[in-house]
Amino acid sequence: MVLSAGGPTLPGQPQVRALNCPNCGAALTLRSFNNAVTVVCESCHSILDAKDPNLQILQRFKAATDEDRPLIPLGTRGKIRGTEYEAIGFERRTIHVDGIPYSWHEYVLFNPYKGFRYLTEYNGHWNDVSILKALPEVLPYASPPKVKYLGETYRHFQTANAGTSFVLGEFPWQVRVGEAADVTDYVSPPRVLSSERTGHEVTWSMGEYLSGKDVWKAFGLRGDPPEAVGVYENQPCPVSDDTKNIWVAFGAFLLALVVMMIGFDMAARNEQIFTGYYKYDSNHRGEASFVTDDFEVKGHTSNIEVTTSTDLNNRWIYLNYALINEATGQAFDFGREVSYYHGYDSDGAWTEGSANDRVAVPKVPPGHYYLRVEPEGDPGYGVTYYTVTVKRDVPQYSFYGIALGALLLPAVLLTWRSLSFEHLRWAESDHPPIKLGDNE
Amino acid sequence: MSQPSGTCPNCGANIVFRWSSSVQTVCEYCKSILVRTDVDLKKVGQVADLPPSSSPIQIGTEGSYNHKAFTAIGRIVYEYEQGNWNEWHLMMNDGSSGWLSDAQDEYAVSFLAPGRHLPESPNYQVDEPFVWDNVTYAVSTITTAHYRGVEGELPLQYWDKGDVTFVDLRSESGKFATLDYSDETPRLYLGEVVEFESLALKNLRRFEGWS
Repeated sequence: MVLSAGGPTLPGQPQVRALNCPNCGAALTLRSFNNAVTVVCESCHSILDAKDPNLQILQRFKAATDEDRPLIPLGTRGKIRGTEYEAIGFERRTIHVDGIPYSWHEYVLFNPYKGFRYLTEYNGHWNDVSILKALPEVLPYASPPKVKYLGETYRHFQTANAGTSFVLGEFPWQVRVGEAADVTDYVSPPRVLSSERTGHEVTWSMGEYLSGKDVWKAFGLRGDPPEAVGVYENQPCPVSDDTKNIWVAFGAFLLALVVMMIGFDMAARNEQIFTGYYKYDSNHRGEASFVTDDFEVKGHTSNIEVTTSTDLNNRWIYLNYALINEATGQAFDFGREVSYYHGYDSDGAWTEGSANDRVAVPKVPPGHYYLRVEPEGDPGYGVTYYTVTVKRDVPQYSFYGIALGALLLPAVLLTWRSLSFEHLRWAESDHPPIKLGDNE
Repeated sequence: MSQPSGTCPNCGANIVFRWSSSVQTVCEYCKSILVRTDVDLKKVGQVADLPPSSSPIQIGTEGSYNHKAFTAIGRIVYEYEQGNWNEWHLMMNDGSSGWLSDAQDEYAVSFLAPGRHLPESPNYQVDEPFVWDNVTYAVSTITTAHYRGVEGELPLQYWDKGDVTFVDLRSESGKFATLDYSDETPRLYLGEVVEFESLALKNLRRFEGWS
């Protein structure tokens, strides 16, 4: 029995341990204190038991033809969400889809109080990954499968068996080259939920998309990050916010237009001031033109709408109108062709034109007016009966149509861009969209 | 309030209990494992050197959980294939006792939940569901571990155990459960996975090179 002569023994301050690789003698550093479970020699790639004082060699793998250098050198510190982390481990993981290998890189980050966090990188796309505290809710019967976490729904993207193909540095778990886990990703950009399943464990993590620039800034790295290639599973669509905003703006404008339309519609007097019934005989020779009785345009300067309703049937007439101010002689001239044809052909019934016509004359000052009307038509048509109706201060809708089109165009273009981005995203998933024409 | 105290039967050091309900403690001087009897302290074992720990928590670390202040007054160290983890015994300021587990800096606070019907043998499957107190839990990890050492005061006698099975469960609401099969009757602990910051810990260990 050893009796301690001194006071109570207190745990010492944990220190970074410097060791030597038992295989090649290279210097090793244990940066996560006693959390490291395995450490990989950077020179000879021996996988060592970090828990063993003699650093027993657990596995050696050939890396000569397969060397991978971490973009963030191990030992570099950076700030993620306000907490300082040190890059301590690096691994490459590989999946095979249709026989083609796809690899991504994972960095183990460590803070002695907050623990471990991970960064992943694939083709220049980065994710900040942490382990979930709660279980996502699996939504049954959803197709494709979906999970819900903190009120957000994630769509299944891909399930694959991911093998570890290269390792460097230290890991808080038993790492071996060649080991594999089933990895399932569910996405809701810019986030991704992943489950990793081995026989006796399932671990859920959440990744949030980072650009290479963000990572370079956080770790103070030199040079430029590698260019991001393609669309990544949880990469936020660059125009999705704009698309959302433009539809919100469109909605607001639409509401304003509707309010304007209702307002003007209610304010418009829409007052009928004249109507006359006429007959035009194209067989009748001689002067066809005539003038109507006069009518009064009251109130403020407003538009005048002239409606021509005919009994045309597979025929046309042309009407030369002049709206003439009795007092000043000021004339508003306009010609209207009214034609209505219909019939049958191999495609079925067809019609063209209309037996009725409507035209608006803008900004007509108040006063006494009459219409001069000069009808024309093909000789031999015979008799056409028609009614001319004049209204003042009539609400006009064509302006709203033009405004709507002008607002709709940019929104539709942005939505199209956003849709093609989503198309590229999902084309890489287990649920590729049905090909949209030649949009790829 | 006078704290229960005694003398270490091994080295004669003065032993003061911080928590009146502690059943077991470890002499800070000679590392004898001492169990309280009606009259005095009995030595039941000896703690070998504890494995080096990287937990930022130590005996005397203070914090708060659910508006209740606590002090870490003891711990059990377990070892498994991925290393070791600590179960810190917490003395809550309302006199109850709780546990703060720290496995590679992942933290969970839990409390003994007695009186639940539990399967007698630890044959579980990952994802297997269980319901306690209207919360649905799913098995997330099944770990075989062994007792590696104790420190400080504990609410139960605990030393020199062989292999033990722990079944960790999680819920969709962040609740956490552990089934402990270290005794003939399994024990259930219910609690919550917590963020390090949320515990507002004081009197933590310092790490070389980190502020």
